Amino acid sequence: MRELKCHLGVGPLVEGEALVADDNFSARYDLDRINGVFSRPQHKLFGQPYKDRVLVLNTAKGGVASAWMLHEMKSRGIAPLAILFNAANTILVQGAALADMAMCDRFVDGDVTTLIKTGQRLRVEPARGVVTIIES
Amino acid sequence: MKLTQEEEEMLAGKMGEAKRWAIDHQVKVGRMFDALDLVPVSQAHMMVDPESVGDAGVSFLERLAATGAKVAIPMITDPRGVDLNYYHPLGQSEEMANLDRRTIAACSAMGILMTNTCINYQTIMPPVKGDHVAFGDTGVVIYSNSVCGARSNFEGGPSALAAGLTGRTPRYGLHLDEKRQATRLFVVDEPPRELTDWGVLGAVIGRMVGSYWEVPVIEGIEAVPTSDELKHMGAAMASYGSTPLFHIVGITPEAPTLAAVGGNALTVEHVTKDDLTALRSRFGSKGDKIDVVVFAAPQLSLVEMQALSRLCSGKKLKVPTLVCTSPQVYADATRMKLVAEIEGAGAKVLEGTCFYNQYAREIGEANGWTRLLSNSAKIVNILGGYGYQPALASMEECVAAALAGEIV
Repeated sequence: MRELKCHLGVGPLVEGEALVADDNFSARYDLDRINGVFSRPQHKLFGQPYKDRVLVLNTAKGGVASAWMLHEMKSRGIAPLAILFNAANTILVQGAALADMAMCDRFVDGDVTTLIKTGQRLRVEPARGVVTIIES
Repeated sequence: MKLTQEEEEMLAGKMGEAKRWAIDHQVKVGRMFDALDLVPVSQAHMMVDPESVGDAGVSFLERLAATGAKVAIPMITDPRGVDLNYYHPLGQSEEMANLDRRTIAACSAMGILMTNTCINYQTIMPPVKGDHVAFGDTGVVIYSNSVCGARSNFEGGPSALAAGLTGRTPRYGLHLDEKRQATRLFVVDEPPRELTDWGVLGAVIGRMVGSYWEVPVIEGIEAVPTSDELKHMGAAMASYGSTPLFHIVGITPEAPTLAAVGGNALTVEHVTKDDLTALRSRFGSKGDKIDVVVFAAPQLSLVEMQALSRLCSGKKLKVPTLVCTSPQVYADATRMKLVAEIEGAGAKVLEGTCFYNQYAREIGEANGWTRLLSNSAKIVNILGGYGYQPALASMEECVAAALAGEIV
């Protein structure tokens, strides 16, 4: 068990498995939202399914569409469980607020994409600003 | 966050469910960004295309509208996903059109003006320096912040709607003086010449910056650019870098000098000819076959429509060509026979849409289009994720390629 402190986030407490990359994120640019996989060939998670995973990425990029898209993806049950960033942008936070999806950023111990490894089980507590690695 | 008495009443639901939802959303977002209070805004602009909104989002809008909700300030919309006068020929379905019709009905019921444009700063009501606004569409925000000196964060659809309903937005990010100071200094070695060059310059700087929270200041641009040139540069910078604000020394209103934006102590980074060439080299080369040519992202201004009409005049294009413009420009361009000139060459002008947010994946699959050519540095960035192999060329070269069937 290791507790990682971050800024207060939005959304509910969730537990799930991490999917990590030192890359950025846009729901419009990077995802095949129908099939639930990363579809942008240049993305480090290309081909990876993201449903019910805790995505751990560097920052948000691109357009405003992601603000609606998280809500739309969650309504169909093909969405990440939570997203952790080194630095979120406004759009992703707004989208998480509408979708009631857990989102946190600004980790005290440094680069979250190196602090957390793919496959680790995490507990994300946005209201406390804490992410716990509960299982390696 | 500190709320006024009126805001507390909104949050308690005393002003209806729509305002309660709106201010609750704003408080959640504001807390994450350490906003101390809400700031009144003069306008809101919402991206609400059906592809990103989906059935879930449209149902959400319908529920709000059914409560009798009305926007508190002038509120306008970004491009739609379907040109309701031209969607079957593109392979768009009745289901897509119906989602758009429902969106229009719900938004109109709330008093939202369906302007369907991402060039509102050229056609509707440009904000003024110091004007706090809640704008969606990254291209609209970066232009309004940088060129007009207005103050907006990227407001996604839900947040723009919340701002429209409450007449406020959380005071964080670019509403604060200190967040508008330059953090990176770029010197441009090779000044751009035509629109696509400006887009490429924006793309390169956006990629170098790569964060919403960085503010580039640019030196080395001597001639005052046109609105269309800055439109292409800003749209590309925002697309590649999630960047909401830039300054150009001696040109944009907050940067009469480098010192005015706190740039004197920053380390100089050069944007070289090689940087620009490297970005272009990712997007096609001479001799590549093409399936479709798209002029969009941002929607074309009247001046761009005229330039395109001149290039199309008397020609017969071999390759399907789509042109996206705003309803405001469309009406003028029709009256001035620019649309007739463009369509006479075999292209199609779409009204109130933008190609990348009108189900680009489905359109591509329906028509067998993968190799797409555009003069927009923004759109070629987006469409890689939609199953296209995008290529970039100037407007003139795009028309030449549409005539030849390949990049010439």
